[in-house]
Amino acid sequence: MAKTNPHIDVVLIGLGWTNSIMGMELTEEGLDVLALERGPDRDTVPDFAYPKMADELTYGVRYQLMQRPAKSTLTVRHNVGDTALPYRSLGSFLPGNGVGGAGAHWNGHTWRPQPQELRLKSYVEENFGSDIIPEGMTIQDFGVSYDELEPYFDFFEKVAGIAGKAGNLNGELQAGGNPFEGWRSDEYPLPPMARTLNDTMFHDMAAEQGLHPFPLPAANASQAYTNPYGMQLAPCNYCGFCERYGCLNYSKASPQTCVLGALKRRENFTYRTNCEVMKVNLASDGKTATGVTYIDEHGEEVIQPADLVIMGAYALHNVHLLLLSGIGQPYDPVSGKGVVGKNYAYQMSGGAVLHFRDKEFNPFIGAGANGEVVNDFGVEQIDFGREGFIGGSYLNAAMTNGQPIRNMPLPAGSPNWGADWKQAVQENYGHAMTIGSHGSNMAYRDCYLDLDPNYTDDHGRPLMRMTFDWKDNDVRMTQFMKQKIETLSQALRPDDYRLSFKDFDSHYDVRPYQTTHNVGGAIMGTDPSSSVLNRYLQSWDVHNVFVMGASAFPQNLQYNPTGLVGGLTYWAAKAIREQYLPNPGPLVQA
Amino acid sequence: MSGKLENASRRGFIKGSLMMIPAVSVGSGVSLTVSADVPPPNLSDYQPIFFDADEWRFIIAACDRLIPSDGAGPGALEGNVPIFIDRQMEDKFGHATDWYMKGPFHEDASPLFGYQSPLAPRDVYRKGIAATRRYCQQTHGKDFSELDEKTRDRVLTQLESGEIAFDDVSASQFFDFLLQNTKEGYFADPIHGGNKHMTAWKFIGFPGARASYREWVDQHDKAYPLGPVSLTGERG
Repeated sequence: MAKTNPHIDVVLIGLGWTNSIMGMELTEEGLDVLALERGPDRDTVPDFAYPKMADELTYGVRYQLMQRPAKSTLTVRHNVGDTALPYRSLGSFLPGNGVGGAGAHWNGHTWRPQPQELRLKSYVEENFGSDIIPEGMTIQDFGVSYDELEPYFDFFEKVAGIAGKAGNLNGELQAGGNPFEGWRSDEYPLPPMARTLNDTMFHDMAAEQGLHPFPLPAANASQAYTNPYGMQLAPCNYCGFCERYGCLNYSKASPQTCVLGALKRRENFTYRTNCEVMKVNLASDGKTATGVTYIDEHGEEVIQPADLVIMGAYALHNVHLLLLSGIGQPYDPVSGKGVVGKNYAYQMSGGAVLHFRDKEFNPFIGAGANGEVVNDFGVEQIDFGREGFIGGSYLNAAMTNGQPIRNMPLPAGSPNWGADWKQAVQENYGHAMTIGSHGSNMAYRDCYLDLDPNYTDDHGRPLMRMTFDWKDNDVRMTQFMKQKIETLSQALRPDDYRLSFKDFDSHYDVRPYQTTHNVGGAIMGTDPSSSVLNRYLQSWDVHNVFVMGASAFPQNLQYNPTGLVGGLTYWAAKAIREQYLPNPGPLVQA
Repeated sequence: MSGKLENASRRGFIKGSLMMIPAVSVGSGVSLTVSADVPPPNLSDYQPIFFDADEWRFIIAACDRLIPSDGAGPGALEGNVPIFIDRQMEDKFGHATDWYMKGPFHEDASPLFGYQSPLAPRDVYRKGIAATRRYCQQTHGKDFSELDEKTRDRVLTQLESGEIAFDDVSASQFFDFLLQNTKEGYFADPIHGGNKHMTAWKFIGFPGARASYREWVDQHDKAYPLGPVSLTGERG
């Protein structure tokens, strides 16, 4: 018999970036807010303290801070009709676990989307005609515009203390920034990070080639900083242990360093860890949620009544929970009907490794997001009609995580082991740099999420099933980027370089790490027949359920998702505070 | 390396406060607590906790070929890599503690779908070593550990390429774990049992757990001058 807790105004599912922000916003309204976090509690001290964080094996290789597949995973297949297989050990993506979520162990690349990306379908139709959208591609508009979101991007950047250089201040181009970016109402709160040798080489060569290099917007503090919540960041010391690690130096923006210290001081906020939500409970008419059911740290089932439920788990888990709770109609790829699970998308990336025998890159000196970028081949720059694909990428050079177990690039033809391997390691460690392409991934009718019929978790619930593979449109995009990167690589005159890009024979491979940018499945939009959420991230079907995070993206950006995730969270919070709370009900009439 | 460049207060902090650091250990009853003042064992004195005597001879003979001692830099044996592997077998990795290990299993699936075997890595090792030793007896009339270097290299190459097939374990999966763990033990912090006295870090110029480079980030194209430190405060 499940125990029932006293009623609370708001229950937050998950305590990463989005629900830390929601906690701040909704406690300001005087509401009693409870966060339920599936994983353990984590804070800079003791969990990320020096020196234990500087341990590549434990954190970089054995994924100590990540979701453990034994506790929660999904199944993967390439095609509708195949039997999906469990993602048994981590590889391609690394969902977070515990307080802070993936926001504790990210690198800190913090981008706004291009204005065109938020209304991609309309942009394509207006500029190139709907005929260029290939059969089976299901791109949509987000239903919210860049101009509407700009104040919220700006505030998130101030909360996170982003280091960068504006390229467009209120429509006026600024030297040294990205000339192609959407307008910004203010400069970045911190100046750019220091450049390492590889950054400088890439910057100078890109400029020489007529491109427009600028510093990567970094959630790694370039100077001491105090954010609007009074939280303090320390100057990054380029320790080299960033992605996959918690920050040992209070420098990387995370829920811990930027929000939670302030939130925990509020008396109307509480959080419980090791509490996993099983489902959102619905009223008998199915139109409102009555709260959630969770398993507490003692393994006991608990019913938590609440007026408002905010899902802020990792994107994949939000979708899983919607499917398990019966909120919204599950998507069916055959009929194209239904919405929950629709438009799962990933990230199309590629890159080059360049070897310079005589250069010292000191790859262990770096942050998560110190780097240089060009946006000259972005979504908004490319003539889709002429090039034959929809999408784009940014190209960058960055120096991060130069630890030797994982970061040991060797020239083509080097042996994998033996005396010659050892010699190659000695000759090459510290003498290589990379140029990467970080690209968009479109949505397709047969790339989606649903419940798996064969595999279950420890609670007996079906695992979620991912159906996904690479499509020709996106391969054409990355092959275009390959040419651009090869040109830059050759111009830098390395002793040796190696290119790694998807081609038309490539299929999705769960083994090598690619990116933890899994998006879609609970997408926002303008019409309940084609989206799960309205433009305020409110469920069309159950009005007191809001779903944060990149699960709302109808297709993936060319950028890392966190800047948009942060902006959308503040946008949704304002709508809840100013429109929903005074008059609970659907904020958009279907 | 020049002692003058070393930061005295940081060194004091490391030495003073971190003499004992517990590393991750799960349910095995094996303490990985290491003190900076306790020297790492000699490989020849070490009593394996997972491998039996025959298996241990195999691990040593294989590691010796994967990262040999000849040429510049330490080999796997100077670095105590076999000790690292032995400990990993009793840690979460060996037991696949963090992995989803529920059936049904489709071991014939495309490798693109990752690990699909019901065997935990320690079972892959146990079966893989036994099968490789049987193969060497049948083919070469000797135990793997008694083969000359060239023949051991050939057997390892055959495992890697899948040229040898075993009934109860994937030869190439066994080899992949063996090579992966050998490199991990070679380069991981000494707290995990390998990389004795940080010899592999000194060999390639990795400063280990220093993790503070603000004054170096702007100094381009210069080799970083300081030797490594480990999690227990050992200096190299």
